[in-house]
Amino acid sequence: MMSNITDLKLVELVDKIKKKELSSTEVTIAFIERSKKSKKLNAYISENYENAIKKAKIFDQKPDFKKKLPGIPIAVKDLFCTKNIRTTAGSKILENFVPTYESTVTQNILDEGGIVIGKLNCDEFAMGSSNETSYFGNVQNPVSENLVPGGSSGGSSSALAAKLTPATIGTDTGGSIRQPASFTGTVGLKPTYGSCSRYGIVAFASSLDQAGPMTHDVKDCSLMFEIMSTYDTKDSTSVDFKRENYLTNLNENIKGKKIGIPKEYRVDGMPKEIDELWEKGIKIIKENGGQIIEISLPNTNYALPTYYIVAPAEASSNLARYDGVKYGFRSKGENLIDMYEKTRSEGFGDEVKRRIMIGTYVLSSGYYDAYYLKAQKVRRLIKNDFDEAYKKVDAILTPSTPSSAFKIGEKLNDPVSMYLNDIFTVPINLAGLPAISIPAGHDKKGYPLGLQVIGKAFDEQSILNIAFALEKNISFKNNITDWWIK
Amino acid sequence: MTIDLKTVKHISKLSRISIDDNKAKKLGKDLNSIFSFIEKLNELDTKNTEPLTSIAETTLKLRKDEIKSENIREDILKNSPDKNKDFFVVPKVVE
Repeated sequence: MMSNITDLKLVELVDKIKKKELSSTEVTIAFIERSKKSKKLNAYISENYENAIKKAKIFDQKPDFKKKLPGIPIAVKDLFCTKNIRTTAGSKILENFVPTYESTVTQNILDEGGIVIGKLNCDEFAMGSSNETSYFGNVQNPVSENLVPGGSSGGSSSALAAKLTPATIGTDTGGSIRQPASFTGTVGLKPTYGSCSRYGIVAFASSLDQAGPMTHDVKDCSLMFEIMSTYDTKDSTSVDFKRENYLTNLNENIKGKKIGIPKEYRVDGMPKEIDELWEKGIKIIKENGGQIIEISLPNTNYALPTYYIVAPAEASSNLARYDGVKYGFRSKGENLIDMYEKTRSEGFGDEVKRRIMIGTYVLSSGYYDAYYLKAQKVRRLIKNDFDEAYKKVDAILTPSTPSSAFKIGEKLNDPVSMYLNDIFTVPINLAGLPAISIPAGHDKKGYPLGLQVIGKAFDEQSILNIAFALEKNISFKNNITDWWIK
Repeated sequence: MTIDLKTVKHISKLSRISIDDNKAKKLGKDLNSIFSFIEKLNELDTKNTEPLTSIAETTLKLRKDEIKSENIREDILKNSPDKNKDFFVVPKVVE
C-alpha cells in the first residue's frame, strides 16, 4: 500500500491524517522509502530520514490535528537554512556548512507540523536554469531520462514530480520556481516580493529573490502559500499586508475577470504547441466568463539584459562573504589575499564565478553608470509597463517558458541561450509581482508545458483562483512512468 | 565593446577569484557574448527615468537592538575551517 500513499496530494494527505486513516509515521516512511529507491534522480543533497521518522513517531504519540501540516513529510530546496541540517546551496564552498538557525519559511512549515525529510539539489547559489551548475551533480527529470528538471529549483521539481515529497518549496529570482514547475508538469508560485520572508535563505539577488511553493495542484499550492507567507521583522523588506486564507477562499469563479494577453510575449521561433496552449488558455477563460484584453508590455525585450546586470551585481555583493574564514571551504594560501583568491577560485563553480565577475564589472568604477544605473532605470520602465497594464486588467496570461525541457548538456556551453529560457519569467521578478505556473499540456515529444498567470502585487488570491479555473478545465495528466526505479 | 584579457584579469582581481590564462580566455569569450547581449539596453532613452533600486519602495523598518539568540558561540565556531579557542584563524597578516 506504500505506493498509494505517495500518490496522494498534499491536501488529501492532511485530510487522511486528520481523519486518522493514516499516521504521520506511515506517510513519512512511504515518502522516504520511495526517495531511497529514487537515488538515480539525484534529487537530494542531504537526507534527514532517521530524524524525520523519529519526529513522525513523536507526532503520532500526541497528534495535533489543528496544525495545517499535521506530521507531513516535506523535502525542501537546499537554499533554505535549516538548523542543525547541512545547507549547501549546491556549492562546494558550503559543502560542510551546518546553520545555527532556521529560515523563517522552513520555521513556518515546522510550526504547522511539517517534518523535513531532506534537502534538495539546486543550481549552485540558485544560478542556473537546468540544475547543471550544482556541485552535487545533475538532476534527472522524472518525465524522461537525461532531461533537465529545470532550475534552479531542479531537485525540488524532480522530487515533487517523482512523488518523493508531497509538496516542496523553492526560490525564484528570475524563474527558478516557475520554469522547473513547467518542465516537470507541476505547479509553482512565485509570490509578490515581500510576501515570504527571505530570512535564512542563502542570498543570490536580494531585490529579486522570493521563496514559494511547488505542488501537484493549485489547492496544495494555496495551502503551502498560506503557511509560508508571514510578516517577519527579521527581513527588512517583508511587507505587513493582509494575508488571506488562500485555500478556504480558493474559488474557480472567474466571471468578469479581465485577463490581459501581452502581444510582446509572442516571440519568434516559439514552438507551435506553446502558441496553441496559450490559445487553449484564452478559450477557457472566455468560456468561464472572463474577458480577454490585448495589452502591451513594450519593454519586455529589455528584461533579460536588465536582469543580467541587476542579478549579478547583487550576487557579487552577496557572495563577497564567502572568504573561507568563518565558515565554509578554505583553500591554503601564501598570505591572506592569496587564501581568499584560491578559496573562491576552488570553492565556486564556473557559472557562479562568471556571474560574480559580471557583477563586479558592472559595479566597478567607470562602468557603474553605463551598466548598473542604466539597468535600474530600465527596471523602472519595465515596472511601469505592468502598472499601465493593470489599469486595464486584473491579471495577465502568458506561457511559462519558450520551450519544453531540454536534454542534459544541450545548452551548457552557451550561457546566452541558457539565459533565454527565462524570457517570460524574469520581467515578473523585476517588477516584484506574483506569478503562478500551472501544467497545461504536452509538446509533441510528450514533455510538459506550462501557462503562467501574473497578478497584481499582493493579489495572490486572484491568480490562484484563475489558475484553479484553468486547471479544472485543462485536466492535465502527468504521464510519468517510474523508469528510474528498477 | 570588447573585454580583453587584461580586463578579465583585473575583474578577477577585484572579485578575489584567481584564474589562470586559459580560464581567463574562455571567460573573456563568455563575458563578451553576455555583454553584447546586454548592450541592447542602449537603445532606450532613460534620461528622464528615475532608477528603481528596490521594489519595496518604503523606508526600511527598524527594530530594537535586542539579543534574541542564546549563546551559540560553540556552534558557530564549529563551522570554521580553522580556529584556535574562541578565535577564527587566518594566515598571518602583520609581519
